[in-house]
Amino acid sequence: MTELLEQHIDKKLIPILNQVSDPEIPVLTILDMGVVRSAIIEGDEVIVKITPTYSGCPAMDVIGDDIITAFKKEGYKAKVELILSPAWTTDWITDNGRKALEDYGIASPLDAQADKEVLLENKKLVKCTNCGSTNTRLVSQFGSTACKALFKCDDCQEPFDYFKCLK
Amino acid sequence: MNNNNLYKYILGIADNTLILGQRLGELCGHGPSLETDIACTNISLDMLGQARNYFQYAAKLKGKNYTEDDIAFLRKEHEYLNVLLVEQPNTDFAYIITRQFLFDVYHLLFLNSLKNSNDLTLSAIANKSIKEVSYHYRFSSDWIKRLGDGTEESHQRIQKAIDDLWTYTDELFHQTEGDKTMINEGIGVDTLKLKEEYYKRVNEILQEATLNVPESKYFQKGGKDGIHTEHLGFLLADLQYMQRTYPNMQW
Repeated sequence: MTELLEQHIDKKLIPILNQVSDPEIPVLTILDMGVVRSAIIEGDEVIVKITPTYSGCPAMDVIGDDIITAFKKEGYKAKVELILSPAWTTDWITDNGRKALEDYGIASPLDAQADKEVLLENKKLVKCTNCGSTNTRLVSQFGSTACKALFKCDDCQEPFDYFKCLK
Repeated sequence: MNNNNLYKYILGIADNTLILGQRLGELCGHGPSLETDIACTNISLDMLGQARNYFQYAAKLKGKNYTEDDIAFLRKEHEYLNVLLVEQPNTDFAYIITRQFLFDVYHLLFLNSLKNSNDLTLSAIANKSIKEVSYHYRFSSDWIKRLGDGTEESHQRIQKAIDDLWTYTDELFHQTEGDKTMINEGIGVDTLKLKEEYYKRVNEILQEATLNVPESKYFQKGGKDGIHTEHLGFLLADLQYMQRTYPNMQW
């Protein structure tokens, strides 16, 4: 398991990588999610290194297969490697990705300190994705997938997901 | 370096997360409420993911055509090296939360040290896992407080679970000969150094939860040497069912 401190993606490969998204959050491409740490062409092969969001995230296996399929369609043979270090953080979600999340109805992660405050229910900081109110409360620290917590808005009464900060 | 020592050391860590992950997985669809059901299975998923990372590494060391599945599914009971605490059954929600809490406090301290291991793969897995385990700890310690400082009934039941499971806490710090070799090589975690901090943190939360810290000095051990309580066999019968019934089947 190699360590890879800097992201290194061949610009030529970006349009192809952009076709692959998280199967559980289809509006988020894997580039916006920040899980692609490197993508380079070596000889006649493309080598893509991805890092998991959560250790047990079942989406990773699917993402790996989807990457291979997307490259095959464009005439490339691709190999996907999983790397663990440095560990993924929600800071790697791009601004574009955060906007896509919000539009989709998932509140994007706050910074680490604010995240702690909302999950310990000390402060109301998470904005309702339906009406924009911060009069929201935590229903459960664990939601429909490993990366999300469940919230409810006390103004419009709508339940929604919050993407937990991981740092 | 003796590869077999490292291999066994990895299994010890991996089996803790595999077995506790399996226990929590049993709650899928059976949790006391929808939110706790989802929380426990989320934690289960994290732990199985962590176990996979360790097993993939162990399989690589073992070489030949070994896979993570061979190691996870095809060992006999005495070849599993998890601590006794994690194999204890889901007696009721109080036991589930207490087992989780007693393990999470240890798990956080352990991973925090494993981060500094000379072994880069173990250090990377620890760095990844620790973020997830922080959430587990928040969940379990919260529930200890809610149940302890809750109703008379919840207080009494969580106290009983703590009194019963306390006997398995000391084993977390037990070191086998293999562990000691790994510590000397700068790979393993010197668990004895974590013991004081462990009991300090546990006692703090228990006091906040208005619960008594058990005084019993009688502790059980054996899991790290492959000697388990009767519960592990039943758990494995479930865990290994598919591979034993349809050998080499693929998902």
